[in-house]
Formats: sequence, C-alpha cells, structure tokens
Amino acid sequence: MKVMNMVQAINNALDIKMAEDRNIVIYGEDVGVEGGVFRVTENLQQKYGAERCFDSPLAESAIMGTAVGMCAAGLRPVIEIQFCGFMYPAMNQLITHATRLHNRTRGRYKVPMVIRLPYGGGINALELHSESMEAFYGHIPGLKVVIPSTPYDAKGLLVSAIESDDLILFMEPKRIYRAIKQEVPEEKYSIPLGKAKVLNEGTDITVVAFGTMIREVQKAMVMAKQAGISVELIDLRSIYPIDKDTITKSVKKTGRIVTVAEAPTSYGIGAEIAAIVNENAFLSLEAPPKRVQGFDTIVPLPKGEHHYMISPEKIFYELERTVKY
Amino acid sequence: MLKDFNPAKNQIFRVIDNFGEVINKNYFPDLNPDTILKAYKDMLFARIADFMAVSFQRQGRMFTFPPNYGQEAVSQSMALTWNEDDWFVPAFRELGAWLAKGASMKEVFLYFMGYEDGTVFKNAKNIMPISVPIGSQLLHAAGIGYGINYNKTKQVVYAVVGDGGTSTGDFHEALNFAAVWNAPVIFVIQNNQFAISVPLKKQTKSVNLAVKSMAYGIPGILVDGNDIFAMTKAMTVATDHARNGKGPVLIEALTYRKGAHTTSDDPTKYRTKEEEDYWDQTDPLKRLKLYIQKNNISDLSDEVQLIEEYKKEIDRQFTEAENYPSYPLEDAFKYMYVDMPDDLKQQMNEHEKFLSWREARK
Repeated sequence: MKVMNMVQAINNALDIKMAEDRNIVIYGEDVGVEGGVFRVTENLQQKYGAERCFDSPLAESAIMGTAVGMCAAGLRPVIEIQFCGFMYPAMNQLITHATRLHNRTRGRYKVPMVIRLPYGGGINALELHSESMEAFYGHIPGLKVVIPSTPYDAKGLLVSAIESDDLILFMEPKRIYRAIKQEVPEEKYSIPLGKAKVLNEGTDITVVAFGTMIREVQKAMVMAKQAGISVELIDLRSIYPIDKDTITKSVKKTGRIVTVAEAPTSYGIGAEIAAIVNENAFLSLEAPPKRVQGFDTIVPLPKGEHHYMISPEKIFYELERTVKY
Repeated sequence: MLKDFNPAKNQIFRVIDNFGEVINKNYFPDLNPDTILKAYKDMLFARIADFMAVSFQRQGRMFTFPPNYGQEAVSQSMALTWNEDDWFVPAFRELGAWLAKGASMKEVFLYFMGYEDGTVFKNAKNIMPISVPIGSQLLHAAGIGYGINYNKTKQVVYAVVGDGGTSTGDFHEALNFAAVWNAPVIFVIQNNQFAISVPLKKQTKSVNLAVKSMAYGIPGILVDGNDIFAMTKAMTVATDHARNGKGPVLIEALTYRKGAHTTSDDPTKYRTKEEEDYWDQTDPLKRLKLYIQKNNISDLSDEVQLIEEYKKEIDRQFTEAENYPSYPLEDAFKYMYVDMPDDLKQQMNEHEKFLSWREARK
C-alpha cells in the first residue's frame, strides 16, 4: 500500500472524485497553476483542465457566493478558502445563503458544496493564519463540520463530504499536513460523516480531541502510561453533528473526561461536550469535565505563540489532576 | 448600440417621452402591438396586485410587503426579453418579473405572510428565491453564469439589485467575477433613488451607476427605467451580447419607488412633494398607455372592467393564501439538511413530546 501524508491523501480523494464526476469543480486562490499554497490541489488543473480546477480572483465572499450559484446550476463545487482567518469576508455568503438555500427553497435547490479550510496554529505564520474557529461553525444551522486527524481519515471523510448533498465545511489541520505519513489505499473508500472514532481504549479517563490535537494527546498518553493512567482517546472527526453516543458510552465507562482543542475555551467544543456529558452521563461522573483549550485571546504572533499552543505536558497535567480529583 | 450611449457622459437612453411620443425611432424594440398591449395589461395587473398587497398588510393580514409601484417597466422589460430557460436572480422588489417567470400572487402573499413555501416559486423555471441581504444575490448570478458556460447551455442570467446594493462589496465582486469568467449575466440596477431613506447622492460619488461597468471592462448603459421600450431594447441588446459569449452587461434603470421601502417605512420623512410630482410625470404605465392610445393599438376603454377582473383574481389568490395550512413543526426541521443529523431529529422529537404534554394538560 502507498504511504501518504495528509496533503497527498486529500489530493488523492479530490483526484478520484473529479475523475468520477464531471460536475465537480475546484477553485479558490492559487489552487490552479500553483496547486494551492499547501499543494493540496497539485496537478489537478493539468489533469482536468482550467475549467475544472482554477484560480479565482481574490475575494472570499465571491468564492463562497459564486459557489452557491454554481450549486443552483447543478455543479458540485469544492472551494478552498486559503486560511481559516481568511474565511471572515465569506461569512455573510456562508450564513445568509450557503447554509440557507436548501431550507429557504424547501429543498428545491441543494447545496452539495465542500469548503476546504486549512486551520490551526503552530506553523510560524502571519496574523490570521492560525485560528481554530470550529466552534462557531458548529453553531451555524445548516452546516456540517468535519475535521480529520490522519491521512487515512482525511481521504475517506473527504470522499463522503464530496458525495454528500449537504454543505460541508472540511477543516484541514495544516500543522500536520505533512507530519504524519500512513499507508492509504489508492482506491476509493469512504468514512461516514458524524461518527467519532475510539483511537485507544482505556478505563481511567476519556479524552476527546480532534485534528491537530490528536497527536498532542497521544504524546501526553505516553506520560500518562508511565503514571499508570489508562486513557480512552476519542477522535471526534465531526464537530457537527457531534457523536454524542460514543462520548457518552466512554464516559459511562471511565467516569472522567478531558476535552482538548486549540480554540479559545469559552463557548467552545469543550463546553458543548461538558453539556453532553452532564445531560447523558451525569451519574457516572467521578470528576468535573475539564477543558484543555486555548486562552480567550487572539493567537499571538510566532514569538508569543508558544504561550498559546497546547503542549502534551499541559494535557498530561490536566489529565492527572482530573484523575486525582 | 451599447456603445452609442456613454454612461461616462451621463447619456440616458430613452425611446418615448413622458407623453408616449417616440423620440428615438431607430432604437424602437421589435415588439408587435399585441405584445405591447399584453405588456401594459401585465404591468397593470402587477400595479393592482401591489396596491392590494399594501392594503392587506395595512389590515394586519401580512407581516410586511415591499411595494413595487412606479417600477413596473423594469420587471416587464425582462419578461419581454428572456426565454423560459433563462435564469432570474431577484432581490425582493421584482413583482412583475416573478409573475412573468411563473410565480403566482398566492405565493408572493404566502411569503409575506411568513411561509418559506412562498419563495420557492416551483412553477417558475430557473428562478432563485427572494434575497434579503442587499447585493449578495449578484454573486449567485455570477456562479450560475459560470455553470452555464461550463455546460454550454446558452442561457442568460438576469440579476437585479437596487441602487443601495451598488455600495456593497458583493456588487463589485460579482461584476468582477462575472467579467473575468465572461459569464452571461445581465446585471440590472433598479435605481429607484432611495435605499430605504438614503438618497443616491449619499451612496456614490460616481456620475451615475452604469459608469461603474467601465471599471470591470464590461458594457454599461444608463436607461430611462420608466420607459418600457427603452428598457426592452436595452435588455434585448444586452441579452444578445451575453448569449453570444461576450460576457456580462450592466444596465442602470432610472426609476422611482412611488411607495414606501416596505410597509413599515414612512417616506414623507425623506421625500418632498415636488420630487414625487416630478416622477409622477414619468410614470411607466401612464406613458405606455398614452403610446397605446396614440398609436391606435387599443383605446383601453375596457380598463375599468379589467381592473375589476384583476381585483377579483387577486382577492381569490389572497383568500387561498389566507387559508393555507398552518406551519407544521416538521417544516422548521426537514429542509435544514438533505441528510438530517440524528441530533436534529431528536430535538424535534423531544419538542413534540413537550407539545403532547402541553396538549394533555388542557
């Protein structure tokens, strides 16, 4: 089997789907000739032509808004918004039209669009290149939000996202685009949307994370193992819908939960998961649910970013405190 | 023809004057007398429907309504030009065009009573729903235009925006994207002089709005929007341009919103009687009626009777709308996704349990 990093796995998924379905068009800033600033769409223009994979003028609102029109005209656009922090000009089109057209027209027009959005910090980048705003996307009715943590999942989830008739925000953990290599089948396969995955079974504490943070939790688990703590690790994979059953089942077993996410703590995924646990596994809890998330601050520029980023030590620190509560 | 009227010189394209006399014979559109008479009747229907809608709203039977009267020629010019397969991307003040595309007054009433069902326009082919966020719909038109080029289907997109909408970023982005993509889109600005209460001079320092086309490298024309013949001619020429692969066109239609912005607005606060009187002289129905009578197409002696028929028909459709089934809970949920998440189903089921509990207590 071929070994791929996440960039290659996503490219492979796009390639497979473009070959299958002529209605799929890919566009955004620099995705054509250059193959994207992260090279995720490399060679797709050469292979499928400049009508199907192309550089649009530089305007995120227009990239999103024109994709809404393309959906109405029967296409299945896969658009790239270059960085999570560049999404803001497109928020109006996302919230007022893309997420609403299907509901507004009582199902007459579907929005089978995928928005690819590299997210997250830790890459020594300029301002607005480091955010993790998944929580507010999860809050927008009409949107489904997917975040893979491995090349294998990225390919299978993206295939499902493209095949879905719903609007999907596919957030890509850019910090680990090339950091993880894995055997990935070259043929098509898909992974259902909305289902979390138990990456490690354990008995003392549940850790829920996703995207970039999975690798950081796995490093923390080495420390936990040395401390004799058995961790059950859940990779959420989908922010909305969120897999309540997998979380609830795990917490009923372990009695403790720590959530890990790079985004600001307040009103974040951790808060949502704490509510889910309180509603569904309240009597199983041995300790309060703990959130290990970013500060409620703007992500500092590279010289200060280390203060913000969540380290494996910080995860272990909170994990041990929760077990000892 | 698009080159004959230069928006940079503020040249306004007109075919008839305020008294229905042809002043620009060379540009008279190719319309036969029957079509002209029908256009007048359709505009009259739209105006009567509009008056009645405002009146129904005043009686508290619709939550709001954006009046169209004074602007009927803009809608009608599209109706006289497009093919059934062409796309229409409206804003929210295009009553005549909705009806011409296949929408019914019942649907329009339903929308302004508070049903999404009223903006589906299911019998109208290739129409987008009413768009509330100003200017934003133009990008959809550019995207549809891309799809038309991609599939080589030769359709044209008619997209409408108001004068206020030209101040939005999406207006600029839509014209730019459509131009770069050579998309077959006709952008129609219904310049009715006001964005709610704000006059055009506070929206732009440009000499007019059509001139903005020059920045995108596309043709633009400033048209008397209350002159149905000028509007139809401009629309026809623009349609030929777009359909023949030459890309988008910008048409600025100079018109006047004789009513309020919506029924919750009071225009006496920002308009003068003198201004209203001036625009009354340019009324599109009055001018077309004079043309029809002067050219012996019809004496329109049946107009009073026609109006009575229209009123009956509109009343009938309003009654149907008022008797529309109540809005079921399920309808708030079922169109959110094609594949509804279990969570959402559960929210609905739990609320249904509450409703049964409440019912049982009565």
